[in-house]
Amino acid sequence: MRVRLVALFLVLSTLLAGCGYNQIQINDEAVNAAWSEVLNQYKRRADLIPNLVSVVQGYAAHEKEVLTKVTEARASVAGMKATPELVNDEAAFAKFQKAQGELSGALARLLVVSENYPQLKADANFRELQAQLEGTENRIAVARNRYIKGVQDYNISVRTFPNSLTAMAMGWKTKANFTVEDEKAVATPPTIRFDAPAGK
Amino acid sequence: MLRLLVALCLIAGSVLANDAGLVALPPLAARVTDLTATLSADQRTRLEEELAAVEKEKGTQLAVLILPSTQPESIEQFGIRLAEAWKIGRRGVNDGAIIIVAKDDHRMRIEVGYGLEGAIPDAVAKRVIAEIMTPQFKQGDYAGGLDQAVQALAGIVAGEPLPPPKPGAGSAGSGPADSHFVFLVGSILLAGFLRALLGLGGIAVAALVAGWFAWTIFASWLAVAAAAAITLVVGLMAGAGRGWSRGSPSSGGGFWSSSGGSSSGGGFSGGGGSFGGGGASGGW
Repeated sequence: MRVRLVALFLVLSTLLAGCGYNQIQINDEAVNAAWSEVLNQYKRRADLIPNLVSVVQGYAAHEKEVLTKVTEARASVAGMKATPELVNDEAAFAKFQKAQGELSGALARLLVVSENYPQLKADANFRELQAQLEGTENRIAVARNRYIKGVQDYNISVRTFPNSLTAMAMGWKTKANFTVEDEKAVATPPTIRFDAPAGK
Repeated sequence: MLRLLVALCLIAGSVLANDAGLVALPPLAARVTDLTATLSADQRTRLEEELAAVEKEKGTQLAVLILPSTQPESIEQFGIRLAEAWKIGRRGVNDGAIIIVAKDDHRMRIEVGYGLEGAIPDAVAKRVIAEIMTPQFKQGDYAGGLDQAVQALAGIVAGEPLPPPKPGAGSAGSGPADSHFVFLVGSILLAGFLRALLGLGGIAVAALVAGWFAWTIFASWLAVAAAAAITLVVGLMAGAGRGWSRGSPSSGGGFWSSSGGSSSGGGFSGGGGSFGGGGASGGW
């Protein structure tokens, strides 16, 4: 009789784990991992910038404004504390995202400006850095996408019944996600104009 | 209740929106997939032999896809979607790479797996595209460009220290099938154990537990139903006497086919490698 009770208890406790505690833990850890990858790729981009700036400076030193913008944006990104806890703090998360967005914009302008310098474009160093930057931007996009999906899974597991009861009891909240205000712009490839002046 | 309905509608809507309008991913059946009939049979065979030789020697899986267009996605977005579906490269080593050519878009991309990012950094991938593929593609020599690109990549990979290939490389990875097997054996053992403890009711409990585990592992109702059914059948057969060892493999057939598909025999399939968006793109 006692053996049966113990067995029943074991089975019931396994089923109780089905109230979502483990699932939420698993999803939480997945979000953490995805977020670390996002930070990792942003870091990789920030590390590329000093070299890029110095190469561009060698050919286009008088583009001071653009270069300063990039340097400043990078400094403000580097000054932020990019910790895993950021995902649980909406305000800090939004600030982080804004700073990274500004850096993206500054870098894009730098690359546009560099189009005007044929010698710079022919520089082997610059081409290599440009390829690395493109690759890193793509990695950031992939990492952000995976983070978005991870947070979606986590938030669903926290908000759906019966997990929502567990989450409420433990005080777990939904996590901040990237707002994709520029989703349209990202999803549509840039239009290429073939009637542009043949300056290249 | 209302909120639940709204949530369900939203989920259904988002799923539909995600699938709408994107280029369907071609199934992976061979190392070279040509949806545009650009390559002749000879060129295709030659390319496939080169790719197979790389896998035989180094274990690295390389694949080529030529398709008309990736619109409305950019080739980068399509590339990572493809890489996540094809899973080229060995599981754990992640040494796969895919050359994607979108012929009508005049865009190409080399998608590089995590394990090859050291051997083929973005700058190297970019050079293969810009210096080897682009000039040939401009002249319309797709086979030649791909051929030389594959040779270049093979040469780069040859210098990379990677774990030795398994004998009989090129066969499918056995990961998912293994976990199915372990799971099935586990639930059968559990059924036997609980039956001994609780009698016939134990089988029902075991079926419930197996169903729940199936949900956590596979997250599909089909798997739940299959796992519960198998456990019930096996448990009852074990009670009826002998013969359950003959019964279980055949009753497991439906379960296998629901998520297997890796044992296509003779075809080519990815080994389970993962990608993080490394590589480079270019145009011609």
